[in-house]
Amino acid sequence: MSEADKIKRYKKLVEQRTPGSRMFRDCFRAFWVGGVICCVGQAITILGSEVLKLNLIAGSAFTPSVLVFLGTTLTGLGVYDRIGEYAGAGSIVPITGFANSVAAPAMEFRREGLVLGLGARLFQLAGPVITYGVTTSIVIGLIYYVIDRWLA
Amino acid sequence: MRRAGRRTFVYEQRPSVRAAAAVVGPKEGQGPLGADFDVVLPDDLLGMATWEQAESEMLRRAVDLCASKAGVTIKAVDLLLAGDLQDQITASGFAARALGIPFFGLYGACSTFIESMVLGGVLVDGGLADRVVCAASSHFCAAERQYRFPLELGNQRPPSAQWTATAAGAALLSREETGLCSLTHGTVGRIVDYQIKDANHMGAAMAPAVADTLTAHFQDTGRSPRDYDQIVTGDLGVIGRELLMDLMRERGMPLAPERLSDCGASLYSPEQDAHAGGSGCGCIASVLSAHFMPLIAGPFYRMLALGSGAMLSPATTQQGESIPSISYAVALEAM
Repeated sequence: MSEADKIKRYKKLVEQRTPGSRMFRDCFRAFWVGGVICCVGQAITILGSEVLKLNLIAGSAFTPSVLVFLGTTLTGLGVYDRIGEYAGAGSIVPITGFANSVAAPAMEFRREGLVLGLGARLFQLAGPVITYGVTTSIVIGLIYYVIDRWLA
Repeated sequence: MRRAGRRTFVYEQRPSVRAAAAVVGPKEGQGPLGADFDVVLPDDLLGMATWEQAESEMLRRAVDLCASKAGVTIKAVDLLLAGDLQDQITASGFAARALGIPFFGLYGACSTFIESMVLGGVLVDGGLADRVVCAASSHFCAAERQYRFPLELGNQRPPSAQWTATAAGAALLSREETGLCSLTHGTVGRIVDYQIKDANHMGAAMAPAVADTLTAHFQDTGRSPRDYDQIVTGDLGVIGRELLMDLMRERGMPLAPERLSDCGASLYSPEQDAHAGGSGCGCIASVLSAHFMPLIAGPFYRMLALGSGAMLSPATTQQGESIPSISYAVALEAM
């Protein structure tokens, strides 16, 4: 048997022996936890507009601020990583997950100092999200501009 | 001392493992082998400021304890051979600083402990040292921040992932004729790479290296799997262990499941959420020292211990490289 065949055969064996993730169970968990986080967000929005009588601009900043605060607090208390382990994307995708991805490295790398530790590593995980989020916005904005200007 | 075949040393003076000691973290202490370890730490940090310091202190304590169990002072140890998973093996370097004895820093990833025993055997059997301490450590929190993500990040791990053990183990080799067991053979590994690229599947990456060293050991010594009461692997985990059995069956040297144990697969219970099992340099170092070596007095009179290491780094993983792996073996026998 050639080396390449041996490797191919082994990879097939590894595939057979490796249990897959439990897709249905994981999707269900992500769905209900993500749903609960969104419902909390909606409740905060209603609280802002109905009770606190915030205008549209203040109101749209109110909900993310509260959710980021909650996500960061739960990270600091050592709870959010457990939620994430259970819910996966359900708690990673909402803005609380973004807060977690900033707070977690802040806690982890604090020991390497405030500048080269915390400061430099703060956006280690959130950085790519921001980079590609902004890049995508620019591309979409350009497409929108072209269509709106010349093609509409 | 002589060499058998291409890769095996035969230790003709049969150096003894005079004593062995293991210090582990709280999660390891709660596992099925908890009662076997010498020290179960109440917390992961040991009152230190960082995880790295905690690991170094854990390793120092294991070496110190090993020497005192052997009835010698640390100054009477000629040489320390140790390694760990931290960048630039700092846990070992810093522990050696505290111990103040001659030191070789080794790196064979999770195979380091057995690598150190192979070399320690050469030095003691060759008469170049009277007492050598072989040691290795790993710390879940120190490894996690270096190889994966910050601890508090809420992410999931695939079923094939393994859990880096917070543990340190040390064994003192000497020419005295008493001890836990004697060291009879050491087989040197070579890098084997079957193009596995998934850093969350170390067992799959390392199983071919273990199969390679196992095959070489049998060829060099003329022995077969049946000559060993127990073959103990380091941290192949549940899946890697199955793969090793598949590979050895293909090679015409089938391993009996009741005679094959994996330290990583034994360290945690399924409820502890360690997925495929434990890993890390400290895994085989602690489990072999505290659980398996005492069993050589009976019922496992002749044992073959194989450590396996995945020689990757976070950089090579991100650059899309496959995982080169290595495995070393030592044969242990009742005194």
